[in-house]
Amino acid sequence: MTKTWNNRAWFLVLPVLLLVAFNAIIPLMTVVNYSVQETFGNNLFFLEGTKWYQDVLTSSRFHASLLRQFTFTFIILAIEIPLGVAIALTMPRSGPWVSVCLVLMALPLLIPWNVVGAMWNIMALPDIGLLGYGLNKLGIPYNFTRQPFAAWFTVVLMDVWHWTSLVVLLAYAGLRSIPEAYYQAAKIDGASRWSVFRYIQLPKMNRVLTIAVLLRFMDSFMIYTEPFVLTGGGPGNATTFLSIDLVKAALGEFNLGIAAAMSIIYFLITLLVSWIFYTLMMRGDEQ
Amino acid sequence: MLDLTWMAWTWQTATFFIVILALLCAMTAWEWASPGGGPRHGILGLDTTRGDRLFISLLGSAFIHLGWLGMTDLPLWGGTILSLVYAFAVFRWV
Amino acid sequence: MRLTKWLVPTLYIVFLLLPIYWLVNMSFKTTNEILGGFSPWPKNFTTDSYVEILTNPVWYNGYISSISYVLINTVISVSFALPAAYAFSRYRFLGDKHLFFWLLTNRMAPPAVFALPFYQLYSAIGLFDTPWAVALAHCLFNIPLAVWILEGFMSGVPKEIDETAYIDGYSFPRFFVKIFMPLIASGIGVTAFFCFMFSWVELLLAKTLTSVAAKPIAAVMTRTASTSGYELGLLAAAGVLTIIPGAIVIWFVRNYIAKGFALGRV
Repeated sequence: MTKTWNNRAWFLVLPVLLLVAFNAIIPLMTVVNYSVQETFGNNLFFLEGTKWYQDVLTSSRFHASLLRQFTFTFIILAIEIPLGVAIALTMPRSGPWVSVCLVLMALPLLIPWNVVGAMWNIMALPDIGLLGYGLNKLGIPYNFTRQPFAAWFTVVLMDVWHWTSLVVLLAYAGLRSIPEAYYQAAKIDGASRWSVFRYIQLPKMNRVLTIAVLLRFMDSFMIYTEPFVLTGGGPGNATTFLSIDLVKAALGEFNLGIAAAMSIIYFLITLLVSWIFYTLMMRGDEQ
Repeated sequence: MLDLTWMAWTWQTATFFIVILALLCAMTAWEWASPGGGPRHGILGLDTTRGDRLFISLLGSAFIHLGWLGMTDLPLWGGTILSLVYAFAVFRWV
Repeated sequence: MRLTKWLVPTLYIVFLLLPIYWLVNMSFKTTNEILGGFSPWPKNFTTDSYVEILTNPVWYNGYISSISYVLINTVISVSFALPAAYAFSRYRFLGDKHLFFWLLTNRMAPPAVFALPFYQLYSAIGLFDTPWAVALAHCLFNIPLAVWILEGFMSGVPKEIDETAYIDGYSFPRFFVKIFMPLIASGIGVTAFFCFMFSWVELLLAKTLTSVAAKPIAAVMTRTASTSGYELGLLAAAGVLTIIPGAIVIWFVRNYIAKGFALGRV
């Protein structure tokens, strides 16, 4: 659609701008202020310059939680995106069951995040949880509060449970926008299942899949509540992701400066990655 | 008047934000004087306007400073000089 | 082939429902039975946990405050986002693309970064521990999302409709309310649903901005889980009750939910 140039449109945007700026800019400025100072409480601050940034950037603890964060995000993207597409492809295209399927699948998305954590905690308890008890009965030693691998397995499984449906819904919406005539034509040409997927379905899903990757990247990158409730970041620091480490530093150790510097670095990484995704998406729009 | 002591202002951070704000105002004035934003297809294969170039410069400078802090023990203004060179390159070629 | 077509979605749904079943199962057990060992269904069926939650003000006030901030937030987000989304979908203006991107970055900002300054900010303006604080704070990510979704839906409405209405002598506010809003009614519904959903599931900010009076249900839960021993039955029952509102609203938007997740652009 061609849009008219009209600077008075600013008046329509202004209320949103003010409200979001109030929520975003004031706290962000405050975090920047904290990040260059030392405090002992009572609003007494001492300038420290860039010391905290240097501390954070050279601390192995930060490197470790950053690495954990990227590993986690990579694993869940590698599982959820293909799995979500596969499920969307096998879903019926029409019929009375579609609505029921969609509602049931969307259900995990509407559960408060700490309930998700609590639910998987109950599910994974080694002595009374279905998952934990089951695995141990099968002869697989499993205890997510003791074994780092089991903790990772549980956190990843929980995230797959929680968010794969988002990918399914998006991919399904993309698939439904393909006219029936395309499939008919492919049938007449004798196209294989694979080439239907590759040349008809995948291009149509391109855009929604970009959105899916974008949303999943961002949300998994800031994940906090679910793993915190499930494992508390443990055992040890095995599942201490960036947000958990951040809150630990800020509230647990009252290390405001370090926490603020970490916040800024964390925020800059998010900003960079979202800019890349956004640019890619807008380029897809123009083509 | 609201009590703002909790924001823990220092003149250094205040200067930083004023500079950013001034840059935004300057970009607005520039856009007003010659609308369109000078769009072009730069070496990264992106279509950018000058607003985009400012954003790329600022974000890049932030990472250059972080890299400087993380990898060297030299004074920070070295990173600042590098950022200025980088920003110039962005405005010239990207 | 027919069998596998049904098998995959069915298996997936079973996988989704298992933890929910386990939660429901726990909520109907007595504490003794839960701690006593593994049992796939309640042997001594009891509704004590639910009775406790629905009669104890600490518990049900949590639900009331959760629902009140979620509703306030939904109303604010949608009504602020409507004109802004219209501006983005119809006009080009100075700095529009950058503004849109900036709004989006707030959707992507990790709430953990903002938790502490939010606490300070909302204490300073005297809204701490009220539903308003949480409702306003959740605007940080809900307004950008609402603008994004609404813009997608609005772009699908042909521009000729606006122009015809102006020629017929409609003023902008009258056109917007009388003609335009009914046209994108489903979009508004979906947007409201998404605001509801993200405000309902978020906990970190909600917990930071409240202490006693406006404590959300999810925070009451975490406290119970830690202080009064290990009352898994209560915890499970409270969890089950937090799933119900979501399950109800989802039914109303079932045909549009996918389109909403695609930000109105499929």
